[in-house]
Amino acid sequence: MNELPLFSLRNRWFSVSVGVTAAIAVLAALAGLIWLPLAQPDLKLSGIWEAICSAAGVPQSTSQSTVIEPGFRTSNVVMTSEMLTKRDQVAIGRGATLAQRCAICHGPQGVSDANSPNLAGQFAAVTYKELNDFKTGARVNTVMSPFAATMTNRDMLDVAAYYAYLPRVPSNSLDIDMVAPAIVVTGAPMRNIPPCGSCHGDIDNKAGSPWLGAQSAVYIKAQLHAFASGARRNDISQQMRNIARQMTAEEVDQVARYYEAQP
Amino acid sequence: MLINKRLILAHFWLAFAVFGLALLLGAWQMFVRSPLNAWHFNPEFYYRSVTAHGSAMGYVFPTLVAMGFGYAITESALEKPLIGRRWAWVGFFLVAVGAVVAMIPVSLGLASVLYTFYPPMVGNPFYYIGVVMVVVGSWIWVALMPINMAIWKRENPDKPVPLAMFANVAGAYLWGWTAVGAALEILFQILPVALGLKSTIDAGLARVFFSWSLHAIVYFWLMPTYIAYYTIFPRAIGGRLYSDAMGRIAFILFVVVAMPIGVHHLFADPQVGAGFKFMHSVFTGLVALPTLLTVFTICASAEIAGRLRGGRGAFGWVRALPWQNPIMLATALSLVMLGFGGAGGLINMSYQLDASVHNTQWITGHFHLIFGGAIVIMYFAIAYDLWPHLTGRALESFGLMRTQLWLWFIGMIVTTFPWHYVGILGMPRRMAFYDYANPAISPQAFSVSVSAVGGFILLASGVMFLIVLIRGHGAPASEANAYRFSVALHMPARIPIALNSFGLWLALMIGLTVVNYGYPIAQLMVLKETNVPAVYVGASR
Repeated sequence: MNELPLFSLRNRWFSVSVGVTAAIAVLAALAGLIWLPLAQPDLKLSGIWEAICSAAGVPQSTSQSTVIEPGFRTSNVVMTSEMLTKRDQVAIGRGATLAQRCAICHGPQGVSDANSPNLAGQFAAVTYKELNDFKTGARVNTVMSPFAATMTNRDMLDVAAYYAYLPRVPSNSLDIDMVAPAIVVTGAPMRNIPPCGSCHGDIDNKAGSPWLGAQSAVYIKAQLHAFASGARRNDISQQMRNIARQMTAEEVDQVARYYEAQP
Repeated sequence: MLINKRLILAHFWLAFAVFGLALLLGAWQMFVRSPLNAWHFNPEFYYRSVTAHGSAMGYVFPTLVAMGFGYAITESALEKPLIGRRWAWVGFFLVAVGAVVAMIPVSLGLASVLYTFYPPMVGNPFYYIGVVMVVVGSWIWVALMPINMAIWKRENPDKPVPLAMFANVAGAYLWGWTAVGAALEILFQILPVALGLKSTIDAGLARVFFSWSLHAIVYFWLMPTYIAYYTIFPRAIGGRLYSDAMGRIAFILFVVVAMPIGVHHLFADPQVGAGFKFMHSVFTGLVALPTLLTVFTICASAEIAGRLRGGRGAFGWVRALPWQNPIMLATALSLVMLGFGGAGGLINMSYQLDASVHNTQWITGHFHLIFGGAIVIMYFAIAYDLWPHLTGRALESFGLMRTQLWLWFIGMIVTTFPWHYVGILGMPRRMAFYDYANPAISPQAFSVSVSAVGGFILLASGVMFLIVLIRGHGAPASEANAYRFSVALHMPARIPIALNSFGLWLALMIGLTVVNYGYPIAQLMVLKETNVPAVYVGASR
């Protein structure tokens, strides 16, 4: 087929198709990056260049120079899924020694008779985060806060590693045949409550969510009430506060009894 | 002439086997989250099933159909044996093994991330490795199609490439470039995290990469359907293709504008600037053009057939069409679904209107109507048309075929229309559980139940489809004529080089990608603050 070479301005197929495509692209860019942003008075743009930057999505530093600080301490622990999942024998050994002073409330084997949380078999990341929050004041407790205040970062990591190493022990009210309440299995989507099990085991475990099986019902209820009232607020992004506020008294009761009966 | 019949049959059979299994999962999903089912199952199973259904229907099934049909086109349109037969088998086994590798972690619940991956969720690495194997297998096909066309062109310098082959290569190029986005996402964003080399992921950038693939993949699924419209339908109903050049232009337009428009899937995502969203919206509007050209050309071709068969008057030719013919029926039903689906699509791609339907069941309804409806019904038609030539045995159950096609159409309408409706009511997608007892949701209960019934109609139709094909293998052997594609009203003797080659169109496709995606991708790559901790799915229990 003898004709003009394709990539030549004299070939109409080339010049028209490239020209039309470029024209559409330029018009779309002019409209999207300049005209439409300038047409929105709310954006308060000072000129064309700012319009282009705004529409292209260039990150802009906020003009607000003073950061509003909350009137209370917030948790500064950053949770990731991989955090503290590797076992470290030295840390466990050190943690075992340090944990002797915890035993009076949390039990010599990490299982409490005093409605303090059971720590045996708890995820290391969870124990570490709570200790850290007690130390920084993000979580406050008359008994725990003074203990945590004197602990170094290494101490907290070691204690957490030790308790993660201890085997979980079922509670006296173990009942594996208990039917899981609806709130644990399905949550309550209309109240924005995800299933408890989607973070606390059963269905899935999410970073930073404690294992609740065999935990004292009194303790679980107390914590849900503390979240709901705002007395406890070291949950990241208010996850638990938003959930606890929406739960009915009956659901709180069911959840506490259910998890106490779990292994 | 079809020589490598076993190769082509292997592709089609694996495709339809996967389709059958995924269809079963789909029907189960429709049922289990509808009010017809009392809530009593682990919601994780639902997400597992959705991941398997999506991966099988989105990646494995259409890819195998496009590959198998592509090999059939190469041999019959170019009238010579496929070059690279061994490579083609390698590609087939990569797809087959990749599908199994991906499905094992999904069925174990280790990768319930849905087929669109949704970072920062990260599942088992073998899921992603399996998907990559499927894509790499299909890339062998992507390479073989232009190679076969190039060799044929060298041997036949004065002849235009047959439309079927031209369109087939357009599909191969489109898929080759489209799959790059998802490949970049998996290789550089997700896999390092899934393998434990990193614990944070730039979810925004990963989603931008996926949008690169996510829209044009639909046009890749659409290619066999459009090829069937242009090159099978007019011949099957005893007519002529109205315009050969129009077909070429339609396929060229798909190559150029189908890909750099994917950000319309990210209208609600914060990481892309509003200006680029608008630009992608404009180009998405352009992609309606080749579809409108096609609808015109195919209706004109049908009119030619109707008048050749003695139809008279403004509409008399419609009645004269061979409605008993399954290909005629499938094409007509496909065009109806394409019409409704396309109208819905224009709403989704509009930056403003999308806000009212984004992430609702409307979207799920939309892509099922387009893909499951308009596209897949033509896959059936392709199989019905090609089967006698592949097996050497005639398909005789025409009544069953027509019933199957009608049931598929009815099932798809019954499934997707209520789906669209509940989407307008605000029903979110990707959820396992809806509390229909709640007064805010109860008005949706009836529509959702209807749509679940549609799912079972589709399942019945799918089973009938497989029965027709299996029966075809048992029919008495009969001599099939050579497999031919439709003849145009004016067969092109000479055509402009632009309509017979891809260089210019590939350059425009890549150029538009740079214009529309260059800045959003570059910006996210430079910004370090955009990384977030990965959320491992099924990591520790």
